[in-house]
Amino acid sequence: MKALAIRPLADSAVTLELADEVGAAAAARVAVAEAAIRRAIQLNHLPGASEVAGAFCSVTVHYDCLQTSQADLVAGLQRLLARLEPADHPAGRSWRLPCCYDAEAGIDLADLATALGLPATEIVARHATVRFRVYALGFLPGLPFMGDLPADLSRPRRAEPRTQVPAGSVAIANRMCVIYPWVSPGGWHIVGQCPVPLFDIRRPVPALLAPGDTVQFRPVTRATAEALRHRAEAGTLDLAALCEGDADA
Amino acid sequence: MPSLRVLVSGARTMVQDQGFRNARSLGVPGCGVLDREALQLVNALVGNPPTTEALEVALLSPVLRAEGGAVRLALSGTLRGRVQGQDGGSRTVPPWTATSLAAGETLHLAPPDRGGTGLIAVRGGFDLPMVLGSRSTCQRAGFGGFHGRALQVADVLTLAAGEAAPETQDLVLTDAPRRAPGPIRVVPGPQSEWFPAAEFDRFLGGPYQVSPRCDRMGLRLDGPALSFAPGRGGDIISDGITPGAVQVPGNGLPIVLLADAQTTGGYPKIATVIGLDLPRLCALGPGDSLRFAAITVAQAEALARARLNELLRAVASIGPPPGAATWTEGLSRANLIGGIVDMGRPDHFPGHLPEDERKDPTCG
Repeated sequence: MKALAIRPLADSAVTLELADEVGAAAAARVAVAEAAIRRAIQLNHLPGASEVAGAFCSVTVHYDCLQTSQADLVAGLQRLLARLEPADHPAGRSWRLPCCYDAEAGIDLADLATALGLPATEIVARHATVRFRVYALGFLPGLPFMGDLPADLSRPRRAEPRTQVPAGSVAIANRMCVIYPWVSPGGWHIVGQCPVPLFDIRRPVPALLAPGDTVQFRPVTRATAEALRHRAEAGTLDLAALCEGDADA
Repeated sequence: MPSLRVLVSGARTMVQDQGFRNARSLGVPGCGVLDREALQLVNALVGNPPTTEALEVALLSPVLRAEGGAVRLALSGTLRGRVQGQDGGSRTVPPWTATSLAAGETLHLAPPDRGGTGLIAVRGGFDLPMVLGSRSTCQRAGFGGFHGRALQVADVLTLAAGEAAPETQDLVLTDAPRRAPGPIRVVPGPQSEWFPAAEFDRFLGGPYQVSPRCDRMGLRLDGPALSFAPGRGGDIISDGITPGAVQVPGNGLPIVLLADAQTTGGYPKIATVIGLDLPRLCALGPGDSLRFAAITVAQAEALARARLNELLRAVASIGPPPGAATWTEGLSRANLIGGIVDMGRPDHFPGHLPEDERKDPTCG
């Protein structure tokens, strides 16, 4: 593997670009590189590097410039990358997540139906058949960016972002789908509500989803979603039951 | 254990340290104090390790009362106030001062200088759980720090158990490191090629004014709006962010991202402010004017190393206030200094030790 571009963030971090198009292949390259860099940091094979985080097509490595120089760090990273072979698919788990698609939860379904020229029921049915792949976590703790939304369901982001998107909102824009784990500003089109907490600091790994995981939504009624939410709040929701095993098994 | 009770909360008083560790890959922002240099120095004043959590104060300061025992605390260089006793008497506490509050005494503070932030360190830190390697507050997601939020009236922060502070007399840091005057220094990138050379020059020329819409996520700037290079839109494939990254959204007005900024972003980042100048940014208030100057990564790294000598000089200047009794026995300056840098590492303290007196690196 080789970096397509090396982009400095002054004396605190450096971004290595590993792909130029968002998708499963890019996610696989990023996952392999991120895991290898994390292991190298833990083994102190990259002195001065403190942390690595992947995005859609790149990894960003943070470092302490009192312990190393970016030039030395980049040289070490390039040697490491040269030994890596990109995988075809990112490894991950397969999830079935409940989603309430009623008009109250899917506040943008009616507008989408007009814009796409499809009945809202068909948008929902199509959305719930997609097996999304998590390409990256970012923007908010535990927020998964997932692709690919079929082209005929694709719309650009809203011209006027909302100042408050409700927590749990399942939303689409361009060729992607996200779930907002927290109340947040946001410009994506909201199609439903997922009652499963995506980030809980009390869990050993706080983020439920990881890059490489696949997600398919299971339509549920408002009553079912509410019941699941209450169980999640009470700590009695069995998260493992939502996982169907390895994504490509 | 002794504790601090919040009598007045202030505008945005939060527990922060050096920030979360290894959590950006989960989408968790780094968080932590805006001014890391001040965190090291204010901790040195109370004899703490340099990254111990402190209270970060912004805009309006809290009023705090010591309860259940004496509380040793220190103020950073932007805070000043007075300690009021139960008998009604009071004494002043200048910036960069460590002092001890007896149980029942109350700390009243003026707002931080010039609308910036300030830090209050307590000896030993607070009795709070570590989350993702830190006791910082992630306000957006409501975890970490003190119940994941800013302090409110009637909150009680218990101090961590530890040996009592040996000193009760005030200590001051007399040789605070001076902040460089002149433009804020940036390294071009990570996406400087999204901007034609003339636009990059306009960015450097500025001047920009700090907008009133600023918080721990970012410093919004008013001034010359920047255009993207022909054929390049205002979108990139989202990539990693660090505090100091200057993103340019569609309206062309730069935003300098700070500690609570999201982990990834889809706007081109024209340049990144060097670590050394991040505390200078945090000292700016709405309406303040600034310009940028471009340097290289290697120059930024050299400046950061050179700055260590100034931090060491500042820590070495900690002592009783001028005119007070002599230096307290038992307080080890070497230990305070040792917390910030490893003096055995030549790159940490260039020129300090002759070659043959350096520690065996295998022991350091």
